[in-house]
Amino acid sequence: MKSPESDTLHPIRLSRRRFVQGLAAGGVIASTPSMLQANEQSRQTIQGTAPELSGKVIELEVAQSPVNFTGSSRLATTINGSIPAPTLRLREGDEVIIKVTNRLSVPTSIHWHGIILPYQMDGVPGISFKGIAPGETFTYQFKLQQSGTYWYHSHSGFQEMTGMYGALIIEPRSKEIIQADRDHVVLLSDWTDDDPMAVFGKLKVQGDIYNFNQPTVSDFFKDVSTLGVSAALDKRQMWNQMRMSPTDLADLSSSAITYLMNGTTPAGNWAGTFKPGERVRLRYINGSSNTFYDVRIPGLKMSVVQADGQNVKPVSVDEFRFGPGETYDVIVEPKQQAYTVFAQSMDRTGFARGTLSVAAGLTAPVPKLDPVEWLAMKDMMGKMDHGSMAKDTMDHGSMNHGGMAMDHSKHGMMQSDKNALAKPSQKVNHAKTEYGPSVDMRVDMPRTNLDDPGIGLRDNGRHVLTLADLHSLDGIIDDQRTPVREIELHLTGNMERYSWSIDGLEFGESTPVAMKQGERIRIILQNDTMMTHPMHLHGMWSDLESDDGTLRVRRHTIQVQPAQRISFLTTPHDLGRWAWHCHLLFHMDAGMFREVVVS
Amino acid sequence: MKITQHITFAITLSTIISAPMASAQEHDMHSGHDMSGMQSANKEMDHSDHDMSPMQSSNKEMDHSNMTGMDHGSMTGSMQPQGGDAPINARDPHAYSSGFTLSQGPYSQAGPRQLKLADEHSFWAVLGDRLEYDPDSESTVFDLQSWYGTTFHRLVIKAEGDIADGSLEEMQADVLYSQALDGYFDTQLGVRLDQNEGGTDRQWLAVSLQGLAPYWFEVDISAYLGEDARTALAMEAEYELLFTQRLVLQSRAELSAYGKEDLDNGIGAGLTNGEIGMRLRYEVSRQFAPYLGIEWRRSFADTADLIRKTSGTVEDTEFVVGLKFWF
Repeated sequence: MKSPESDTLHPIRLSRRRFVQGLAAGGVIASTPSMLQANEQSRQTIQGTAPELSGKVIELEVAQSPVNFTGSSRLATTINGSIPAPTLRLREGDEVIIKVTNRLSVPTSIHWHGIILPYQMDGVPGISFKGIAPGETFTYQFKLQQSGTYWYHSHSGFQEMTGMYGALIIEPRSKEIIQADRDHVVLLSDWTDDDPMAVFGKLKVQGDIYNFNQPTVSDFFKDVSTLGVSAALDKRQMWNQMRMSPTDLADLSSSAITYLMNGTTPAGNWAGTFKPGERVRLRYINGSSNTFYDVRIPGLKMSVVQADGQNVKPVSVDEFRFGPGETYDVIVEPKQQAYTVFAQSMDRTGFARGTLSVAAGLTAPVPKLDPVEWLAMKDMMGKMDHGSMAKDTMDHGSMNHGGMAMDHSKHGMMQSDKNALAKPSQKVNHAKTEYGPSVDMRVDMPRTNLDDPGIGLRDNGRHVLTLADLHSLDGIIDDQRTPVREIELHLTGNMERYSWSIDGLEFGESTPVAMKQGERIRIILQNDTMMTHPMHLHGMWSDLESDDGTLRVRRHTIQVQPAQRISFLTTPHDLGRWAWHCHLLFHMDAGMFREVVVS
Repeated sequence: MKITQHITFAITLSTIISAPMASAQEHDMHSGHDMSGMQSANKEMDHSDHDMSPMQSSNKEMDHSNMTGMDHGSMTGSMQPQGGDAPINARDPHAYSSGFTLSQGPYSQAGPRQLKLADEHSFWAVLGDRLEYDPDSESTVFDLQSWYGTTFHRLVIKAEGDIADGSLEEMQADVLYSQALDGYFDTQLGVRLDQNEGGTDRQWLAVSLQGLAPYWFEVDISAYLGEDARTALAMEAEYELLFTQRLVLQSRAELSAYGKEDLDNGIGAGLTNGEIGMRLRYEVSRQFAPYLGIEWRRSFADTADLIRKTSGTVEDTEFVVGLKFWF
């Protein structure tokens, strides 16, 4: 296959293009990789739309199996020999038994992402259980108390990154309110041919090793010719002074990873079929380890009906961004023969792609990648992006947002006199551990608005989903109590040292966040870094609120943009220890991770 | 000097480097803002409260250059997005723990803590900043650094030397314990071992400050204390300019000084020598980059006189070919 723009995308050299685009054959391997062990040679990895398993008893087997995404054979870690892992289609209210057998030489685990269950079933080694030893079978057993689109993945080491992820669909017990004639899982992920730990080790030595969009001398002269010398200097002043990169949008780029849609490379072109006139439900799952995807289907409006498995008031958009861990269900009504499902990475170095068509094998034009944008001052300073500083990067949109946030605070004042916890506090409290070597910046005037689509999507001419567009349907946010207390945590990091933490403390230095069972708690997450972090709290819901204390949408994973301060309410119902972390796998492993104790 | 003095010295160096930056940042970000409401909260963070008397004049200069046309009438407090000291009332990050730890408290897993992430692992690297050949003098120069350890605590070995006619002419190896000082700088304490073919080997106590200064200058400053009260100071700075994502010009400057003459090794008291080099490399990968370079070297003061006595050259410009790499 040859997409119309693929030559212009990666003009570097052929091998490079093949690396990014992947092999069309997508894992159908003619020769056996030399690294394979004898007993594994017979297994072929199944790729593309995952096989489906349903019922009350499910058996899963974790093993290594060969894949070839780039022209080089590698061993993936797979569940039942497929990437993605089998789609589990279960039923709300059922007590399910899932037996997981480990055929690896190392321990493994499976975490049911977004599922409310007893902590011993949550699948985080060292927190919820011991893990599943080689040769052992662990039986997960829990009652499904919710419905919607979820997913499951390994929570051991970097196994998720090497293939252990699959969709988990829970059909509602009562009538499905989302009407659709057809249903496709679109699971986005990313793949690296290198050993993930070696990749991590390289980032530890050079944090920008995979960033090939760094500012150059010629960029400077281009700016000089369009903006003038002093404006071009101004534009760079803060970044250079603070030793920060304005193009630090992702730790891994297409120079290290291949972007996958349902386990299929862009060249492999995953196909989903429909009949014209049908309402098609697409269950988008971001099962990648490192990649924020910006997803759109040129020519089709997407009506977002579910976020993280929870029904929302339908909102029609052209595009949405989601990070690792998040899911969105949309309804599309395709009428033409073929449409491209296009998911570009946030750093604009590559894309995952598939085709919705009336018959497999058709293609539609593939859009070009959007240009790389510099992070704006609001990504660095929050509300401080006005005034005389950096006039040229000043974004007028952000001033409106800042103004809106201030309006809200005025409205809320009457109530806040009555109850200080009616709305989230705006006063920034940095932890005393944020002043050390683990932290490269702090934000003193964060932005609290939810209507920013984020860097690279602002004013792009398309209607892009923002958190402000999402409203849980009545009855989903059932707990309207005012929180009894507020927990403020800051997301922190140091790109130069490649360290990620919360409140400047990596996991090993941290202590758990203690919660009382049944209490209504407000959690404030302030992002003191220049990257977006998808924060996933296990075992309980994250009910996102706006800065005036209005409940918005129930999530299990919330993305926090640079210099943003968001708040959500939670009610821990299930006792035990839970994990809470950034779902960018490298950030999690670097230490942006907390334990929660519910007692 | 005692160890504590070494550390004090290192911290002083870092203050000198970071102070003008912090000050300039404060003003940049406050331009045009009415910060009157922020005064009390930020008093602790105000650098003007710190005793930095030696820096005041340079701060002033930078302030003015950054404040042209700015309204600073309302600017009384200051916030600082990087570094600084925590205010006394800063939040306790353990305040939410109810006294529980990762291994103790309700529902913790039995036995030693099982979940350890990369922040508790050690990593290592070997970085070859310069491995180059000078065709004129037919000599090879190496400048390597390797480290092993965690994010904030490392063993660092720096080795720099010359090889000519297949034998080691001279080498300086610094073996240091490195501890993170702030977001961008490490303080290092250890020993320096000199090997001088045809001279006298020397051993020193070493203290260094290494890191990334504002505006992306890689800086390495070391002070040494040897036998017989010998002292030495070495400074190194690098700056990289990206012409493209792969074509990079590295500018580099180095300056050395000694407190006492060392005739065995051809060293006079005072400023001894300096180097300025430019190296244009092509990054085949970020870890493998061949380069072409030009370097100007000069000996100064008494050292230059010593060289003149032996009819050597005190000033030299040479072309080099080399390789920058890391693994």
